[in-house]
Amino acid sequence: MIIALRALVRKDLRLFFSDRRAVVMSFVAPILIGAFFGYIFGGLGGKAETSRIPVLVVDHDKSAISADIFSRLQGEKTLSVAASELDEARAAVKKGSASVAVVIPPGFGAQARSAFTSAAQKPEIGILYDPSHAAEQGMVQGMLAGTVMQAVGKAMFSGLSALLGRGAGGGGLAVPYRVNEEAVTARKGVPYNGYAHSFGGMGVQFILFMGIDAGVGMLLQRQRGLWRRFRAAPLSRSLLLGSRALSSALIAMLVLCTIFAFARVVFGVRIDGSLAGFAGVVIAFSLMTAAFGLLVAALGKTPDATRGLAIFVTLIMVMLGGAWVPSFIFPPWLQKITLIMPTRWAVDGLDAMVWRGLGFSDAVAPIAVLLLFAAIFGVLAVTRFRWEAEG
Amino acid sequence: MLEVRAVRKSYGNLVAVDGVSLRAGKGETIGLLGPNGAGKTTTVSMIAGLTRPDSGEVLIDGKALRGDTDPNKGKIGLVPQELALYDELGARENLQFFGALYDLDGAKAARAIDAALELVGLSDRSKDRVGTFSGGMKRRLNLAAALLHDPQILLLDEPTVGVDPQSRNAIFDNLETLKAQGKTLVYTTHYMEEAERLCDRLVVIDHGKVIADDTLHGLYALLPVTNMLVIELVRADGGFPVEQFRRLPEVKSAECSGAILRAGVHDLTSGAPPILQWLSDHGHPYHHVVSERPDLETVFLSLTGRSLRDS
Repeated sequence: MIIALRALVRKDLRLFFSDRRAVVMSFVAPILIGAFFGYIFGGLGGKAETSRIPVLVVDHDKSAISADIFSRLQGEKTLSVAASELDEARAAVKKGSASVAVVIPPGFGAQARSAFTSAAQKPEIGILYDPSHAAEQGMVQGMLAGTVMQAVGKAMFSGLSALLGRGAGGGGLAVPYRVNEEAVTARKGVPYNGYAHSFGGMGVQFILFMGIDAGVGMLLQRQRGLWRRFRAAPLSRSLLLGSRALSSALIAMLVLCTIFAFARVVFGVRIDGSLAGFAGVVIAFSLMTAAFGLLVAALGKTPDATRGLAIFVTLIMVMLGGAWVPSFIFPPWLQKITLIMPTRWAVDGLDAMVWRGLGFSDAVAPIAVLLLFAAIFGVLAVTRFRWEAEG
Repeated sequence: MLEVRAVRKSYGNLVAVDGVSLRAGKGETIGLLGPNGAGKTTTVSMIAGLTRPDSGEVLIDGKALRGDTDPNKGKIGLVPQELALYDELGARENLQFFGALYDLDGAKAARAIDAALELVGLSDRSKDRVGTFSGGMKRRLNLAAALLHDPQILLLDEPTVGVDPQSRNAIFDNLETLKAQGKTLVYTTHYMEEAERLCDRLVVIDHGKVIADDTLHGLYALLPVTNMLVIELVRADGGFPVEQFRRLPEVKSAECSGAILRAGVHDLTSGAPPILQWLSDHGHPYHHVVSERPDLETVFLSLTGRSLRDS
């Protein structure tokens, strides 16, 4: 019995280590992904470069207090603060290029001073935020409260120490403003639907997995001799590869459309932006997925080893595309790198057309980038595809 | 007609096919015989247009095969060594798909599918999923898939691998029917009995080169002996005079082990009587005499010094 047990275990170990690619992936994938998350969540002693939340400040007050608030917010290490006009700020938040916009109303300074120590009516600061970045909005509001208290206190008591001394002793100080939060969605009054983003993100991830399956399927077909039969027919190589790409793209489109149809019926997700833009992003992403599948088939050797490697690459793309954790927590350099990830453009494109309610012009860039990726993957696949059956 | 002119193919430093030439006429069946790795499949791949030769050319009806979309490829049907079928689909669905690769559609496709299924005896299973088929049935469907576009030339790359004797015979019957229809068959195998049964001519390949190309009888003639007389002697005392026996002009080779004497002769009709007479005259009576015909295994061994089954 011991001999049999030893032989069975030894056999499994030998088989495991006989596939070098699979072995490398088994070790490399968890190390790389673990290192990545460790880095973005602080690294060794939290010394990693931190990202900054993009915040716009619309100052309609133009008072010393509002200027001080702006200045103090700019001093926050975790924020990247810029001044803006209201329309620009709203558009930026809607597009997702800014996470939060702080709107300081006219007369804020004077009203805040009064409200600081009395029951006078509190002025209202507008907070426009990207609902897909709700966590960032909470962080910004917390910092805003601190800076407003400091700015107003400084104006009233000529210094933070005096404020703290009197505040601690008197107990009559109050937060001198109210907040009017507004999630910037497609239109005013349209609530943010969290399913819209999650269905887009997960759709992108699983359609890429479908692309891998299509590529691995081609390798399996080659292994089973089906490609020998295809190639014996008087058909061009472009027709053979093109047909495969077309069928993959059609499946990808069908899957994405079904996902969003389900989200519409069950969760009320609406396409509030350009329908043509949505269709364009879906088509471009589907073509990119099809080309990705071809590339998997072109670069892969055995189906098993290829599947492991392709899944790893896809997970990295999805991870860097911001589907697992919001990309704002990435360090700035990494956020720039994510722009070369087709997944990022696909998710952003779908968000823009579905719940951000943007027009077709905002779909042009994602469509163009996804088509560019499709072209690059397609050219690589065609040039690297091993046509000749060795015998 | 198929003509292969000095095709060569190498993969890196490995020369898989080295100047192979062969011809096959209408209604002729030629066998590509050789051990595993001899270059048979690569040769078939080049004939089918799957692999581009480094040099040399393949001609169909006198026209060189050029490129993937050469219409002449439609004159060829390939039966791959692998079971190149979709297990998930039904037999008819598989054939519809493979027929469509040759622009077969509608009623024309239906007729071709019916005929192919009829030929391979799978008409009653046409709607069943291929995944439910036995290995032999899949092999027959694998053959049917290559027949839909009515090719003149059928390339059969070890089409009976892994099938039971009954299915093998069924496939042989199918191939004989196709041969009778005037199809040119190119049959690769390392089973000598298949080649002997089916092929008019045999091209023996080893290490990528043609080492013999002849009819079965022509190949046998290459052997030092074409028949072996196996004689069971009455006495098994070890005293048989082998050297003296070998000096007989009819005896081409001789071995004696115990009571069994093996004598190689070229022609049984003229060689056997004097040998048996000599045994009687010299006091070596015998119980039993049989003659053995050499087989392709012996031919291959004689030509290469290796067994056909060596890989």
